[in-house]
Amino acid sequence: MILILEQLLNGLQYGIMLFLMAAGLTLIFGIMGVINLAHGSLYMIGAFAGTYAAMRYGSFWIGLPVGLVTAMIAGFIVETVVVRRLYQRDHLDQVLATFALILVSNQLIVLIFGRQPIFTPLPAALSGSIELLPGLFYPMYRLLIIGVGLLVAGLLYLLINRTRIGMLVRAGSTNRDMVRALGVNIRMLYTLVFGLGALLAGLAGYMTGPILSVQVGMGEQILLATFVVVVIGGVGSIKGAFIAGVGLGIVDTMLRAFLPQILEAFLPPADAQAVGSGVSSMGIYLLMALVLLVRPKGLFPAEN
Amino acid sequence: MQIRSIIAGVATALSLGSAAVAEDAVKIGVVTTLSGPAGYLGQDVRDGLMLAADMEGGKLGGVPVEFLVEDDGLKPGNGRQIAEKFMYDENVKLLTGIIFSNVAGATVPDIVSNDAIYISPNAGPSSMAGAGCDKNYFVVSWQNDALHEATGAAAKKLGYKSVFVLAPNYQAGKDAIAGFKRTFGGEIAGELYTQLDQTDYSAEMAQIRAAKPDAVFQFLPGGLGIAFLRQYDQSGLRDQIPMVLSEPSTDLVVLNAVGDAATGIVSTAHWNTDFDNAASKDFIKAWYEKYDRPVTYYASQGYDTGRLIASALAKTGGVDDIDALREAIRAADFDSVRGDFAFGPNQHPIQNWYMLDIVKNEDGTMGAKTRELLLEAYGDSYSAECKM
Repeated sequence: MILILEQLLNGLQYGIMLFLMAAGLTLIFGIMGVINLAHGSLYMIGAFAGTYAAMRYGSFWIGLPVGLVTAMIAGFIVETVVVRRLYQRDHLDQVLATFALILVSNQLIVLIFGRQPIFTPLPAALSGSIELLPGLFYPMYRLLIIGVGLLVAGLLYLLINRTRIGMLVRAGSTNRDMVRALGVNIRMLYTLVFGLGALLAGLAGYMTGPILSVQVGMGEQILLATFVVVVIGGVGSIKGAFIAGVGLGIVDTMLRAFLPQILEAFLPPADAQAVGSGVSSMGIYLLMALVLLVRPKGLFPAEN
Repeated sequence: MQIRSIIAGVATALSLGSAAVAEDAVKIGVVTTLSGPAGYLGQDVRDGLMLAADMEGGKLGGVPVEFLVEDDGLKPGNGRQIAEKFMYDENVKLLTGIIFSNVAGATVPDIVSNDAIYISPNAGPSSMAGAGCDKNYFVVSWQNDALHEATGAAAKKLGYKSVFVLAPNYQAGKDAIAGFKRTFGGEIAGELYTQLDQTDYSAEMAQIRAAKPDAVFQFLPGGLGIAFLRQYDQSGLRDQIPMVLSEPSTDLVVLNAVGDAATGIVSTAHWNTDFDNAASKDFIKAWYEKYDRPVTYYASQGYDTGRLIASALAKTGGVDDIDALREAIRAADFDSVRGDFAFGPNQHPIQNWYMLDIVKNEDGTMGAKTRELLLEAYGDSYSAECKM
């Protein structure tokens, strides 16, 4: 029971991370119609910039704004220099150009920081684990990630549903041409949304630093799962990204944790391990296929 | 195959003229992994190798050498292409550098069947250690399984009754766990295979906690291991369940990225920075004069490869007589940084393995302290199958 609870928390934390990444990606895809493969690079840039500042000044909290702002600035630069030229182009051109951005940013990071992973210092208060229930120890830092993720989800909800910019964003993801026809400065809106997406990616990158390793190519590791979240949640929907992110995080963690043991009831242990780990690594893709079978546009598609 | 050997023949004939011009420098082909998260492995092997030549003023064994270095990007196809380019276009007879077993598996058979010599500074896959051995194939580092057999022996010696084992779900991961079990012989409290690109191990942590083993063994190289060790500490398991690790999981880059969370780990290795022999001391001194990054096992393996080549070239004076060169390499007539070194019947090393404690140095960096000799003059589990 304790084990199931702990795994649920693990799944929730992974799902929150996926949501932070997917929220930006789904907005960019939904509103501008751009497939941005370089989203993982913005995640990496946020992680490197923040971690570098944290190392330099010896404080986790100094790294946080540095990571966020650097990722956002990188997002603005990417949007104005490259992505802006791709709005009218075919998806294939967008994939090609943003894939090139991945290669360029990976090499830039190698030139600046080298190939060796770097390390974020954690405040002492966050580095241990606490006993949530008798026998249920959970790392403080992962709880912080869950908290920050829920806070961001709440703020995004307010931003999208209660502000003028949010209204334009919603309108943009529903009918881009109509918004433009109404005289909204759509270019400005695009840049803002891209910057917001980059900021969220940077936040996700910096927050994962102390858990995973901050190294070249870290963005590609999470990118694929992020796209799966966007597709399941429905392109352009923050709500979809949240539900799909948390859902996928939990499904993925639960499958990894329990499928091999469940299979051991039917199969010899060695086979159960092999089949279990094989199927659980396919889990989220199977889920995506199932969802698309029933809801071809994802769970909460923007009305297009 | 036939077309290839004709091309090889033509290429050799064409390059005879140019070879005469540049006769003085022996070309050494270095196919290695320089890009991606594992790029630091190749970088260290390359720099260790070149350091050996630098210390002799651009020569190895008194013979001027020229290194041709290319990045295989951890793609087996690339490795093979680069090796062919070196052999056919540049007439290279001596190759080294490959980091990963999957690249080696695709590249090395092609090299050795072309009558060129390959000396591995890192990967030592089982497929080429037993029945698949070759007279043109040498391994300076270790046979893959031996790394983990040493760790299994350490766990047994430390008196652990049950161990939880985990590794990525690919060939080297399965070999690691098989190697560990071979020498450990105790109870396996749990066995998990993770995805190769997985860096979040929270689910695995919970399972380890539930299984309550005496110790944990994991083979998660590079960034994977950094993530695992840090999460192990954050989950509070470090104080409850000790960890025994093999060499690739505890190089100085990993340890320093992990920081304090690595103290108290027991590791096993064939070389360590505190070894008290002249070759090791010279190497470490020269390394820190030239580079400001920590010296790793990979760097030492690159350096030993360079010293081995130097010992052979000192006898043959060049690579024109491949049979003489092969004999000279087989003699292993050099002072390895690890102390005693010899090639076994399958041309893989026979060497000592040691138990190390991971500690924090006085200057705040992480390091390893040698505790005791674990396995003496240890070869590998495949040499009996090798018929040369």
